Amino acid sequence: MDASSLNFIDLTVGNVAFLLFVGFVGGMVSGFIGSGGAFVLTPAMMSMGVPGIVAVASNICHKFPKALVAAIKRHKYGHVDLKVGIILGLSAELGMLYGAGVQQGIKTRLGDAGSNLYVSAAFVVVLAIVGTWVLVDALSLYRRGATDQEEKVTRLARWVHNVQWLGPRFYSHGAKAHIPWLVTLPIGFATGMLAATIAVGGFVGVPAMHYVLGLPSMMASATELVIAFIMGLGGTIKFGWGGYVDLRLAMVILAGSLFGVQLGAIGTTYVKPFMVKVVMASIMMLVLVSRAIIIPVYLSELGWIERIADNTAALLKQVSFSVMVAALVVGAVIILGSLIRGMRAHASEQATQAQDICED
Amino acid sequence: MKRAKLFAFGVIVAGLYGALFAFETDVIRLCKQGGWYFLFPVGVAFVFSYFHGGFTGMFWDVLGVQAKKSK
Repeated sequence: MDASSLNFIDLTVGNVAFLLFVGFVGGMVSGFIGSGGAFVLTPAMMSMGVPGIVAVASNICHKFPKALVAAIKRHKYGHVDLKVGIILGLSAELGMLYGAGVQQGIKTRLGDAGSNLYVSAAFVVVLAIVGTWVLVDALSLYRRGATDQEEKVTRLARWVHNVQWLGPRFYSHGAKAHIPWLVTLPIGFATGMLAATIAVGGFVGVPAMHYVLGLPSMMASATELVIAFIMGLGGTIKFGWGGYVDLRLAMVILAGSLFGVQLGAIGTTYVKPFMVKVVMASIMMLVLVSRAIIIPVYLSELGWIERIADNTAALLKQVSFSVMVAALVVGAVIILGSLIRGMRAHASEQATQAQDICED
Repeated sequence: MKRAKLFAFGVIVAGLYGALFAFETDVIRLCKQGGWYFLFPVGVAFVFSYFHGGFTGMFWDVLGVQAKKSK
């Protein structure tokens, strides 16, 4: 498609306000769990009349500066494993290119409905597996009353750290162990492919860095920001080369998201690592529901099941989008709640210490 | 000092966003060019992230929302 034939929409005050809000909430989630928010922005822009490819391109163009700011902030808190981030980021670029090719192939063969079905099915499968894993882990920590305890390295990660026959290894200061390069390749590739498919590679990247590579969840979420920066920059170059980036849209979203990113990153200093899993699992489960609701509509559009009436299809699309927005809002509310509770507890702790010093 | 820096960054950010929309037609034209013109959106995004990132960081700081200091 020629970029010059695409319409870049006129921005109204209402559109700008909505993008600022979604950007802010999405940014807060990104600053906290390393990714998220992007999955709402693309459909949100498309609902305003932005052509699909311009929406994807502009979303990616706001993503890399946001990830850069958040990664620098989290690096100051000592959360980032730069080496792991760069290594995974490079293989994620390959995954992104491959994922974009698969998307293009499906669109050529099955049209928009086929492409939408593929994206939604990918959401459902990935979130059902990874989301359930994160949720079960969070619940088990909660039931055992182990939410305050230091995270244990999983058996799988211990195996990865000790395996000798997988070729050359590098030292990860986050995992405090050596990791075989070969293990990072499929993780990075899957993260990139998922990012090209559903715009949130972190749904695979963060759990994989934690459960497979053995990084603490707080470090995994921060290191994902480095991967997001590399992928976002690569994506922006690719779409920018084609002339698809609407810089106005990208910068408006960035305006809101950088306020959110700072808040989300600050939030991580007040919470236990357990909260990263809670927020991630909650968002994943709600997004899973949102995508599952819409699948019959795409199946019907392809003629693979009995036709769904137009008004029912419109209703299902509306409900699905609302659940998606709710996923983001629920994540943001949990983060804000944790931040406020953490700040209060910290303030009262400091007041008690000051009082004790005075009494001494 | 902190407030003065916040103000300075705020003015720069306002100027950047003002310019983005004041020269909207040129911005759209440059973005649509494609090819090596990809450097335009990438470069602008870096500039915005530096100034707006700095501004938003100081904004929460001045409001008292700061990271927990580890002992």
